[in-house]
Amino acid sequence: MGGQFPRGQTAIAGLATFGLGECPGWTTIEMAAKAGQLAVADAGMRMGEVDALFICLPDDILAGLSFAEYLGLSPRFTDCNRTGGSAFMSHVATAATMLAAGYIDTVLIAYGANQRSGGGKLSTPVGSNAWEAPYKPLFPASSYALAASRHFHEFGTTRRQLAEVAVAARAWANTNPEAFAKGPLSIDDVLAARMLSSPISVKDCCLVTDGAAAIVMTRTDRARDCPAPPVPVLGAAAATWHNAISQMPDLTTTAAAESGPRAYAMAGVGPDDVDVVQLYDAFTINTLLFLEDLGFCPKGEGGRFVEDGAIGPGGRLPVNTNGGGLSCCHPGMYGLFTIVEAARQIRGTAANQIADVDVALAHGNGGALSSQATVILGSAATI
Amino acid sequence: MSDDTAETGPERHWRTALAEGRFLLQRTRASGTVFFPPRLMEPRTGDDNWDWIEASGMGTVHAVTVIYPKPPEPPRAVVLVDLDEQVRLMSEIEGIAAEDIAIGLRVRARIGERAGAPLLLFDVAA
Repeated sequence: MGGQFPRGQTAIAGLATFGLGECPGWTTIEMAAKAGQLAVADAGMRMGEVDALFICLPDDILAGLSFAEYLGLSPRFTDCNRTGGSAFMSHVATAATMLAAGYIDTVLIAYGANQRSGGGKLSTPVGSNAWEAPYKPLFPASSYALAASRHFHEFGTTRRQLAEVAVAARAWANTNPEAFAKGPLSIDDVLAARMLSSPISVKDCCLVTDGAAAIVMTRTDRARDCPAPPVPVLGAAAATWHNAISQMPDLTTTAAAESGPRAYAMAGVGPDDVDVVQLYDAFTINTLLFLEDLGFCPKGEGGRFVEDGAIGPGGRLPVNTNGGGLSCCHPGMYGLFTIVEAARQIRGTAANQIADVDVALAHGNGGALSSQATVILGSAATI
Repeated sequence: MSDDTAETGPERHWRTALAEGRFLLQRTRASGTVFFPPRLMEPRTGDDNWDWIEASGMGTVHAVTVIYPKPPEPPRAVVLVDLDEQVRLMSEIEGIAAEDIAIGLRVRARIGERAGAPLLLFDVAA
């Protein structure tokens, strides 16, 4: 046994974002609760119907308990796993299997962070382990930079190709009212940006913003009675191969090469069936690695794949259509925002709506390219 | 070395040896696999029948990033080194400009000191 998934039996019935960009005067749990309230309303439900809570907050290790208390709920199941920014994809996997088993009925998955208004730095309780900390790498930027250095060395990838990722993200953001970073951004702008940890410049890094998101999941038969079209979960798979970058088995292949194929197998689709792709772009190198590991191009070809605006508006593959962590928002943990954007694309309500989306992929990353988790969503036509 | 009555965990043993000037690795008897950082058992297999061995100290730069702090602090490099024993670790290379460090550079381990604590560092191998 193993690898079984209740394909299409559960669905996203409600979703919301709140406070993207700057949200001064709000605490993290207030932001998460507001997004939760909006998502429950979007599902046409009452908060009291929620019987399972999944949440991560940057500043509260026991956020699940705090969230239950804040909402006045007594959930049958509460989870605040700590697999980094991919935690929410794991939440979806857990929620789908538990919903299908009848263990729970109505799931709220939420996140909120005020790291921009609260201090302006990446808000995380995480850092380098005892074997890396004495050498003072920038955490987490230097870890991703080391992986990028190998990708450059092995495949001839260039800073210009990384810059393509940032420029494409900005182009999507420029037409998304929710996105925080707007305005022109050229390849040369990225190449001229201040170097942080080579080959990663400040323009190769995700934003530091506030923001909250939430989704409501329930069984698909029930979701059909909700106001918005249900967004069935076709597959959800997580993989972990290491934590510290020095222990990553191969710096140019992430565990997305495992989570992706498992999620595809559950969903009964392949990369060619995916209409729109949302990837956790904490750094520009992430997008190249995940495009390769999730099968959109061969290993090592990520840099060449994204050239000439290929993943931007009008390109060959729409990637990070909200502007991504690079230009839309990055409130510390971004995974849930990729799921919301993928679900909006299925619903047909995204700011940068792609025509005829039946299959959308949301991929989360946690730690130092460590935790990888892939969720595949479908339209009603896929089940 | 798999004696359950050992006085400390492997990490303490490794750090004590480093303070005494010895750079240790662990090697599984059956497979000959060398592993680091110190663990109770070989990763993946769980084989706990292993010995401490002295590292050769020789290695090759596998990956490098140069960090650019605000001036006047100079750029500094952080590297991943592949030891000849086929284990990888993070470190620094002293005695060479950060921007001159390239993947493939041969390096030799040295036990230095930072903030009063022994620390594994590398020099360019002659």
